[in-house]
Amino acid sequence: MSGGVDSAVAAARAVEAGHDVVGVHLALSRMPGTLRTGSRGCCTIEDSMDAQRAANTLGIPYYVWDFSERFKADVVDDFISEYAAGRTPNPCMRCNERIKFAALLEKALALGFDAVATGHYAKIVTDASGRRELHRASAEAKDQSYVLGVLTAEQLAHAYFPLGDTPSKALVRAEAERRGLSVAQKPDSYDICFISDGDTKGWLAEKVGEAPGDVIDRTGAVVGSHEGAHAYTVGQRRGLRLGTPAPDGKPRFVLEVRPKERTVVVGPKEALATAEIAGSRFSWAGADPVASGLVGEAGEPFECDVQIRAHADPVPAVARLVDGELIVRPTTPLDGVAPGQTAVIYVGTRVLGQCTIDRTVSAVPVSA
Amino acid sequence: MAYLDHAATTPMLPEAIDALTAALAVTGNPSSIHSAGQRAKRLLEESREQVAATLGADPIEVVFTGSGTESVNLAIKGLYWRRQADASRPRLLVPLGEHHATIDTVEWLATHESATPVDLPLDELGRLRLDALAAELDGNEASVALATMLWASNEVGTIQPVAEAAALAARARVPLHVDAIAAYGQVPIDVRALRRATDAPGGAGLVAVSVSAHKIGGPAGIGALVLDRSAQVEPLLHGGGQQRRIRSGTQDVAAAAAFAAAATSVAARLERDAARMAVLRDRLVAGVARLVPDARLSGDPDPAGRLPANAHFSFPGCEGDSLLFLLDAAGVNVSTGSACQAGVPEPSHVLLAMGRSEPDARGALRITLGHGSTEADVDAFLAALPEAYERASRAGLAARSTSFDR
Repeated sequence: MSGGVDSAVAAARAVEAGHDVVGVHLALSRMPGTLRTGSRGCCTIEDSMDAQRAANTLGIPYYVWDFSERFKADVVDDFISEYAAGRTPNPCMRCNERIKFAALLEKALALGFDAVATGHYAKIVTDASGRRELHRASAEAKDQSYVLGVLTAEQLAHAYFPLGDTPSKALVRAEAERRGLSVAQKPDSYDICFISDGDTKGWLAEKVGEAPGDVIDRTGAVVGSHEGAHAYTVGQRRGLRLGTPAPDGKPRFVLEVRPKERTVVVGPKEALATAEIAGSRFSWAGADPVASGLVGEAGEPFECDVQIRAHADPVPAVARLVDGELIVRPTTPLDGVAPGQTAVIYVGTRVLGQCTIDRTVSAVPVSA
Repeated sequence: MAYLDHAATTPMLPEAIDALTAALAVTGNPSSIHSAGQRAKRLLEESREQVAATLGADPIEVVFTGSGTESVNLAIKGLYWRRQADASRPRLLVPLGEHHATIDTVEWLATHESATPVDLPLDELGRLRLDALAAELDGNEASVALATMLWASNEVGTIQPVAEAAALAARARVPLHVDAIAAYGQVPIDVRALRRATDAPGGAGLVAVSVSAHKIGGPAGIGALVLDRSAQVEPLLHGGGQQRRIRSGTQDVAAAAAFAAAATSVAARLERDAARMAVLRDRLVAGVARLVPDARLSGDPDPAGRLPANAHFSFPGCEGDSLLFLLDAAGVNVSTGSACQAGVPEPSHVLLAMGRSEPDARGALRITLGHGSTEADVDAFLAALPEAYERASRAGLAARSTSFDR
């Protein structure tokens, strides 16, 4: 229970479904922030008080479990080192993979619980043979299946998402109101929870340090300078402050970030188009679709949709597994794909699996 | 349900509840001059006399406060400020393993008032190393503002060498404050006798003792600071000048009356209760040793060296909060013993100061008895412990890797 409305209502529904429910708030920082108005994350004293009030209202026991060490190692330090390596990670996914459905789940199972229920908007569908599938939530606008795409069959076996069937967040808020939960109108959190002021760039600059270098175009010509490559993301246009204008006078975008060389590569918008993405760190969300015959033999292409950000639209694609690598070719090129992002592939509403993007193939060959 | 966390707070005694409810009906501010005020004042001062009698103090030396924490703040800050009046005395002698009321107050003085805290080490039983205190008071005592210490550890229950420390402070002419919040009601406290025995000069030696009502069966929201007549403190609160101008604010007559009722009752049967607690505690310690041989008793194994109502163990390979949760689910309320921030138990700084490892300090459990505790409570704990320990061991430490990692 984060202290937000979703987990409070999820807990209420789990109680109503007849389960023996205990509210657990995760302590993810040894030094919780002071009182902050509104909700930016899940680590403030106010959030833990809100979570406890919700548990009290529901009449369930409430505890705070400390996973701050693992959270720092697996999520925060990972976030920093990924950025330092020029990749763009999704810390919420990492938290689901390593904390909520690993450290928390394993502790819960050891202590005698059967499952971890969360306020995520996603559905678990059990097929005819009892296998569990992860699907998009009924509330399309709030669907969070993307950030859960990293869960394996073993993790999904103990996951429970009571909000999956609810058509909208407004209904969840109304239900919270009806149940007398004080967090009914609490604002949503959008930012990264461990960056308290929401200034990701400033936070990263402090952690990674400044490392000035060159901004170059695709031919290698130096067209400007920067204070630290980590401050740039693929697809970015604003704030490049390039001295030399492009020969064609068109705006330039960040195409690539190479922190080791302290270099940022820029180029025309067309050059952002990505024809192919691939990653060797992939997993299936639930049963192996090859083994279960949903997709063809390894190596054979299959149709799917690919989504590369939590709030991006899915794009039709053809995927195939080649030599331990998941290769995805969208039918129309994708814009602004950065290594380190996660590509989640869907068939219909079903999450098939995900890979961390290691390499991309541009749709436009270098010519200028 | 078995409630075995009396060191956190203990239920109010019936006589305290009676005194509280009776006094709540009394009209009058004890500072008012009219007869209603005088009636309230009489009740307040009778209460003060009763509390003073349980601490070997004169009534004028008892300052009622809003909590044990306020008493500690008033003693440490108040003495510190006053000791800077005629000379610079920045050093503040503080044993490791104090309660946060002391730790955070000292830290505040270091940050805002240029105090120089001097850590005094503990031995492996959690007892202040007197040689370290003696060394700090030998030769450079002129720069010491005060020394502070516990009468007994709130976590591991170790009774501290207060008389010896008070003698050292008296000889060095340094004021000593003792936080007796955990010890009050379990071991005799006699400030006057101790000052006499240590030949304490005015304003030095044992001058201040903090206690709290809710730890002995009185209400929460009232504590007291015994402040020797000869000691001078700067007040924290300014206003109406109540209580020798040391603690302004309208005095809570009803809380004082309830505090007095609890204190009187507890003092009258202190020896008998302590003996009864010790028997229960020994049963508990023996039971844990039998059921979980790996568990390690923290603090002094000699029953004479620890609070009679305190048992404290480390369960290696477990998180204290896992054990707490499982025991709670089985109807047994215990504590991890350490300070909480937003409900998160930290690895105990007391155990760390005793030289124990961080994993050891994370698997700590404090079981504390009180006036209502019975053999059945102890047996309920012992009955629930083996399964809780088994499951908590399986859950292991939160930082470890899991079977879901890849």
